[in-house]
Amino acid sequence: MIAPRRRRPVGRLAVGAAIAAVIVLLAMVSLVWTPFPADRMAISVRLQGPSALHWLGTDQFGRDVLSRLMVGARNSIAVGLLAVGIGLAVGTALGTWAAARRGWVDGIVARLADVIFAFPLVVSALLASAILGPGVVNPVLAIGIFNVSVFTRVSRAAAMQVWGLEYTRAALAIGKGPLRVTLDHVLPNIAPVLIVQATASFAIAVLVEAALSYLGLSVRPPAPSWGRMLFDAQTLMALAPTLAIFPGLAIALAVFGLNLLGDGMRDALDPRLADTARREV
Amino acid sequence: MRTLARRIAALLLVPALLAGGAALAQDKKTLTLAVTLEPPHLDPTAGAAAAIDEIVYANVFEGLTRIDETGTVKPQLATKWEVSDDGKTYTFYLRPAAKFHDGKALDAAAVVFSMERAVAADSANAQKGLFEPIEKIEAKDSKTVVFHLKRPEGGFLFNLGWGDMVVVHPDTAATNKQKPVGTGPFKFVSWTTGDRVVLEKADARAQLDRVVFRFISDPQAMVSELQSGGVDAAPNLNAPEAFAQFRKDARFEAIVGTTEGETLLSINNARKPFDNVLVRHALAHAIDRKALVEAAMFSFGTPIGSHFAPHHPAYVDLTGTYPHDTAKAKALLKQAGAENLEVTIKLPPPAYARRGGEVIAAQLAEVGIKANLVPVEWAQWLDQVFKGGDFDLTIVSHTEPLDIGIYGRDKYYFAYNSDAFRALMTELAGTADQARRYDIFRKAQRLLAEDSPAIFLFELAKLGVWKKGVAGLWANSPVQANDVTAAYWK
Repeated sequence: MIAPRRRRPVGRLAVGAAIAAVIVLLAMVSLVWTPFPADRMAISVRLQGPSALHWLGTDQFGRDVLSRLMVGARNSIAVGLLAVGIGLAVGTALGTWAAARRGWVDGIVARLADVIFAFPLVVSALLASAILGPGVVNPVLAIGIFNVSVFTRVSRAAAMQVWGLEYTRAALAIGKGPLRVTLDHVLPNIAPVLIVQATASFAIAVLVEAALSYLGLSVRPPAPSWGRMLFDAQTLMALAPTLAIFPGLAIALAVFGLNLLGDGMRDALDPRLADTARREV
Repeated sequence: MRTLARRIAALLLVPALLAGGAALAQDKKTLTLAVTLEPPHLDPTAGAAAAIDEIVYANVFEGLTRIDETGTVKPQLATKWEVSDDGKTYTFYLRPAAKFHDGKALDAAAVVFSMERAVAADSANAQKGLFEPIEKIEAKDSKTVVFHLKRPEGGFLFNLGWGDMVVVHPDTAATNKQKPVGTGPFKFVSWTTGDRVVLEKADARAQLDRVVFRFISDPQAMVSELQSGGVDAAPNLNAPEAFAQFRKDARFEAIVGTTEGETLLSINNARKPFDNVLVRHALAHAIDRKALVEAAMFSFGTPIGSHFAPHHPAYVDLTGTYPHDTAKAKALLKQAGAENLEVTIKLPPPAYARRGGEVIAAQLAEVGIKANLVPVEWAQWLDQVFKGGDFDLTIVSHTEPLDIGIYGRDKYYFAYNSDAFRALMTELAGTADQARRYDIFRKAQRLLAEDSPAIFLFELAKLGVWKKGVAGLWANSPVQANDVTAAYWK
């Protein structure tokens, strides 16, 4: 029997990692240098197309689009890191706790995670922003809480599997407590799943943040964000189409790159997970 | 949330409308207009919202007089009038054929009722000041009404033309908010919340059979609806950036007109450090109006230096009072001891405020003022800023005609308390002679420029776009109205 040919995971991993690295690099560079100050207006050069001076052109206030994209990347990355960080830390703790304790703890944790998971992410983030007011913190919290449920479910399921293996029972038998076993054996074994999930969740967080800032519910102007830039460009499409294209490309590339990275890592870390572990939102 | 829903809807619906919208407005007896805001209700005598008058003024409700496209007072329910020599008695003769849409006759009793209702203790009229000079009203006979004033009031006939002073019938006054019954050429048919108001021809004065006002708050959606034929006209296109493309498009007429909208960077004069005139002057010097109009309004709009419309004969050009001068602004701030100032600017939804706010924040940054922009919805703005006075700075356009008198009001949101200005307004109220009234207007403009209770930015332009073939729509907006009584398809 001939095994079906697998796509080369390394290719996806490399491309994804490269895209993500470029975006992170641009964001980091923007901390110390941007071609122009991101908020500086120059009305006389407004709505210009790409040129040698302004590589990606200027917006309706004559601000440099590349500089704003670079600073906006910081925002997307910060939201992604925080939202995934919250989910990863809290969710993994809850999930592994539930898997270790079973019984009523497991029942409550699993049901709670299911309840949160049942709310569509974009809707709950919108709700949080509408009730608590615009600002960058509320969407991060909303996405973070959703991610808690995602990571609880993922880590619980994976940890359950590990707890069913003989070496964990052996570890218990030689007198290690459940916490010790979780730290020594369970976590290292479920780490690949979590890393893959974190990458996928990061991409989703970037996308949701762009959607919220497009709707005016995330960072406040004049601070740049990709979604906001896209919104501002919307009515200017007839005059300056590049204004919409570049932030749109940035969002698409970031999400595409992170997804490739996640897929590549999944295949590289644990090919068996390839067809099962991804959680779609 | 409504804006939000609109934006989402705009995104989702544009392709559908492009496909299906073209079939909506084909017959030549119907006119479909896009308006930005949905009114809270449809009674112009019970609310300040311009969105009410933008639908019912002249179309559904009529006053004794009206204001026409050029800002001139014209007869409406009163076909003629006489003014006594002392300027205190006005006798109005009502149009004999005038009747309400439910068939009841328009008589002097309805006029007396309307005026008394407007000043009653439980009245929700937004412009009670307009009625203040009236001492008593009597119905001489069924078609003759006499107004006795406390003092001569130069602007009385103009004031009678405001939407707040229209005549309603006692039987229907209470239900006008949802089901307006007036005397105009169009009668109310239906109101679909969130979508449209439909009016129908009520008498032979109307040239169209049907008029539809659709509420489209998203600028991009309004542009798409025009292009797809979903609406025939956008009397106030709220996307100046899209105006140029309509000018080039042979299918449309794109007309730049004037409005009465003085756009201000309003200042809370009661709050430190803005109570210091030096700080206000510094703000005035910090703003580059020309750049602001170009960046925020795509050059549609006229810089102003006081609170007065540039097309009015009594206008004084004071735009040179505080030229853009960052060094001067910094020096004034230093002199006032207000360096490293941090302020918030509350921005209501229109593009002039949201975009203007970004430009102004950048300009203030150049003189060392850090401005935090806080976008707010209209309901919040009315509540927090207009009623609550809780703001440092805000950007808003005052679109009422000849509304310089707001600076003389006791309790108004920018808390400007000037006895000198109030004295001018009192003098104005007692003056009927036009030349002398204009002199007082000029003095008032200069005083405002000097005191700078607000930073006067620019006069809004009216950007009207409609299909070729539509005629009779207003090019200018002397009052907040979309008068379609003279509109027709060529």
